[in-house]
Amino acid sequence: MKKIVLLLLLVLTALSCKNDDDAILIQADSSVDFTFTQNWNGQTIENSDYQNTTYVNANGESMTLSKVNYLLSDFTFTSVTDGTVYASEDYNLVLARDGENTTFTPDIEIPEGDYTVSFTFGFDDEDNDKEGGYNDLNSVDGFWSVPAMLGGGYHYQRIEGTYINNAAEVTNFQFHTVRANRHETLPPGPDTLVELRDTSFEVNLGTVSVGTTTNIEVKANIAEWFNNPITWDLNERFMVLMPNFQAQLDMKENGNTVFELGAVTQ
Amino acid sequence: MKNLSGIWSIFFMAGCLFSCSDDTPQNEGYIPTPLDLNTPEFFDNSILPPVIPQDNPQTVEGVALGKKLFFDPILSGDKTLNCAGCHQPEHAFSDPRQFSVGISGEEGFRNAMPLHNLAYNFREKFNWDGSANSLEEQMFGPVTNPIEMNNTWSNVEATLQESSTYPRLFLEAFGTERIDSTLVTKAISQFIRTLISGNSKFDRYLNNEISLTPQEENGLNVFLDESRGDCFHCHGLPSTPLWTDNAFHNNGLDEVITDRGLGNVTGDPRDFGLFRSPSLRNLAYTAPYMHDGRFGTLEEVIDHYSEGLVYSETIDPLMKKVSEGGVGLTESDKADLKAFLLSLSDPSFISNPDFQRPN
Repeated sequence: MKKIVLLLLLVLTALSCKNDDDAILIQADSSVDFTFTQNWNGQTIENSDYQNTTYVNANGESMTLSKVNYLLSDFTFTSVTDGTVYASEDYNLVLARDGENTTFTPDIEIPEGDYTVSFTFGFDDEDNDKEGGYNDLNSVDGFWSVPAMLGGGYHYQRIEGTYINNAAEVTNFQFHTVRANRHETLPPGPDTLVELRDTSFEVNLGTVSVGTTTNIEVKANIAEWFNNPITWDLNERFMVLMPNFQAQLDMKENGNTVFELGAVTQ
Repeated sequence: MKNLSGIWSIFFMAGCLFSCSDDTPQNEGYIPTPLDLNTPEFFDNSILPPVIPQDNPQTVEGVALGKKLFFDPILSGDKTLNCAGCHQPEHAFSDPRQFSVGISGEEGFRNAMPLHNLAYNFREKFNWDGSANSLEEQMFGPVTNPIEMNNTWSNVEATLQESSTYPRLFLEAFGTERIDSTLVTKAISQFIRTLISGNSKFDRYLNNEISLTPQEENGLNVFLDESRGDCFHCHGLPSTPLWTDNAFHNNGLDEVITDRGLGNVTGDPRDFGLFRSPSLRNLAYTAPYMHDGRFGTLEEVIDHYSEGLVYSETIDPLMKKVSEGGVGLTESDKADLKAFLLSLSDPSFISNPDFQRPN
């Protein structure tokens, strides 16, 4: 009996469908896709490059990469025409080596038109201090949380690899970007923290025309983290950078030239 | 034309509906009793939900069957070895021997991993080397491994089918008396997913029930301090209760890689010598340590990271001061770190009556 009722219901549903030709066309808002790519001064970084390809940074140090993971948030579209702001308040953790989350569609739909497109590198304080945190970021491969004694919240970025130090030794480095935290004394402890400074920053990609389907490439030039305006000396700053207040401020400075708009396809 | 195609679809679906009655399962309509995992509230609030395959939901009957199978030597070739022979409840389902011994008397070559919180292995790469892509898949291995249970699945299926009790238990768990290897692995996986450990001293500290000793508190600071332990980048921190990233690392044990670990599975030289990070929960019960059980004590483990690191090409970049052997912890910091690590052990887990051998 149930099957018969279900069948009748399906027949009625099918026959009640309108012919598409009769439908009134309404201009639907569009979602926008992002694709994230990484390069070293224009040379694309592929999976096979990790631990294999040697790069030379601005300070002349030979280095290899093992991990490039970074968090982007608050993808925002500001209408060039009328200034309307469409903010997704969304985030995406790019795991570049494994190619995970290298495409992303913010949870927002916007009308077609020209927009200034921007996002935040890392989390601003509001997002970083969200009550309860983020269960997905607490569960990713490679812990993303930051210890409470360093101010809590989440990493903005983890770049790891090796470089050849001044003694010609292969040396591990951890270029971890977090909210800057200054301590009265080091090593840090539960009572040493005296200042937190939001070192996330906005990346403005410029103007993009958004159509019915739009894909925006965001290129990250990893070399810029070590280059501009501060020439990064890995011999001096290669590890324990999370509680290094000045290192975090300098990373923010260098980060300003890392990201740029790539191909836009409609 | 579009409406016509809709009508054809209806006829097709109707055909499907009515044809279903031609293939009526033996126990159509039987639904085993759904069982929610007993997850700590802190887990629910801080990490993603446990991974439960759609084709193997947790049920009361499935878990009971899985538990019976786990503790039953019927799975082994000579019916002398059960899963608990190498995954002993009192050792947080690990083996106190460096290498477990199979029914032939031959030793394995890796230490048996403890079994807890495996439902939270979000990437679903199991074993030290990531060779199994699900818990169910992992279950297939030990039964036929010549140096473990050394049986065949056809023999296991026949033996279980002939038993006086198992066909009924499979009927209750899965709605069929026809026993096959897939259902065996599903049942055991259901039981293993119930092995959740979240009531250590440190858990109770986080829940504001108790305090840590000053030694344990400093040990936590060492654990979280990049310049000293920096354990948290692989093993987590208080906001992430698993105490493992379930990822693969070369932690500087050997200059020459003899066991390729993950590299054996992927074939990628960059993965040579990488092994899955074990959870730091229940260390009080899970000695010896490392993938090959080379360290008998926690002191040896801490000494390794402090001054025993050696370089090899795939060493993880998180290993610090490798050329000096490590960060060189003070003896005081070492002792405190050990005290903190032991606070992650959960006595209620190893004494949980639901996880013990059936009488």
